[in-house]
Amino acid sequence: MTLRTFGFSEFGFLLQALQWTVLLTVIALIFGGALGFVVALARTSRSNALRLAAATYIQLIQGIPVLMILFLSYYGLSLAGFELPPLFAAGASMAIYASGYLAEIWRGCIQAVPKQQWEASESLALSPLQQYRYVILPQAIRISLPPTVGFAVQVVKNTSVTSIIGFVELARAGTLINNATFQPFRVFVAVAILYFVVCYPLSQLSRVLEKRLHVGSSR
Amino acid sequence: MSEVVVENVHKSFGALEVLKGVSLTVGRGEVFALIGRSGSGKSTLLRCMNGLEKINSGRIEIAGHVLGGDAKALRSLRTDVGIVFQSYNLFPHLSVGENIMLAPRIVKGVPRAEALGIAREVLQLVGLSEKIDAYPDQLSGGQQQRVAIARSLAMRPKVMLFDEVTSALDPELTEEVLLVMERLARDGMTMILVTHEMGFARRVATQTIFMHKGTIWEAGPSGPLFADPRTPELRQFVKADVK
Repeated sequence: MTLRTFGFSEFGFLLQALQWTVLLTVIALIFGGALGFVVALARTSRSNALRLAAATYIQLIQGIPVLMILFLSYYGLSLAGFELPPLFAAGASMAIYASGYLAEIWRGCIQAVPKQQWEASESLALSPLQQYRYVILPQAIRISLPPTVGFAVQVVKNTSVTSIIGFVELARAGTLINNATFQPFRVFVAVAILYFVVCYPLSQLSRVLEKRLHVGSSR
Repeated sequence: MSEVVVENVHKSFGALEVLKGVSLTVGRGEVFALIGRSGSGKSTLLRCMNGLEKINSGRIEIAGHVLGGDAKALRSLRTDVGIVFQSYNLFPHLSVGENIMLAPRIVKGVPRAEALGIAREVLQLVGLSEKIDAYPDQLSGGQQQRVAIARSLAMRPKVMLFDEVTSALDPELTEEVLLVMERLARDGMTMILVTHEMGFARRVATQTIFMHKGTIWEAGPSGPLFADPRTPELRQFVKADVK
């Protein structure tokens, strides 16, 4: 038996796996974003019970390693009789993880809109829902862009933990290739570069957005 | 006919009693100036009048609404009572026109074309017709404050409240805002203003209320009140301002 070397087809395999990493990130951001948005609204609501529930959720998710969320949804649910495909378990775990952080980021953004904006819109007889929809959220969303894009970078890198339940994303693919080639340095440099190629533009985007925000143009 | 009736209003922030039984009656078309030192309770009284602060006891009736109802009643009150703040508080993500049209459109359901007409009309009133497509950060403080006044007027309020609206402006810009307010007063708007502009209060306000330590210390028609203060506190307050 001869060892394979790390060549084009191996690199192609990594590229394919990278697609899963990106897909997982997108799933995490879409579903985690939707859930996180609701939690952020609850966290800033007038109801004490809602605020407490949201705060508890955020503390819980942030206080648990992603790995444990992953184990709980993969093994826990399969013990309970649900057999989940790895993509489902991985996507759900990453979404839950993202929701806990996005909720807290967005809570900060909602609260960063000056109190006077609430008073002015309230005084114009807007209902709380209308205040959110027309005055507060448009401003909060603008404030939230740089930290949200910045957080997306964390999500991209953290999808690597899903390799542990056998989901073949970029990190897992790197391990597989290495097992076949025994060229760990080459393989993992290639893997690292691929992560970087995805993350670096995002980091830059976050920085550009932040700069644009600080210049203070209102659009 | 009275447009605003305040009866024995008490208001505390925690242990601090800010309003200690305040009563006043403002007739339709009258202009009331609330003056006094910082902490005398004048801004709090004004904010109580549109429900931004909840009173502990007493009664406030304004533009035919009694404060203290549910959220819907409060919103209905606020369609008839405009307020302008010291810090303008325009919505920075909306153009001047959109700032003005927002509440008429979504609160009153005014169609877009009609709302645009209202926006043009109130902007003309404050002398800023050409700024309808500008954004707040492209305007001077005085212009922003005039837009804020226009935004309130677009709701066709029966009473306008002004909370130290010129305190953040330099003298030149103060003047352009005061001119707008003076025209409003002349057109018969019922107005209550918290102000540090003694000259303006004296010239434009039909009545001036001097607040001190959470009570109405001295009140009356502006001319005599400024010319001949009866209490030493007001005398000292007026004198300090002349300097």
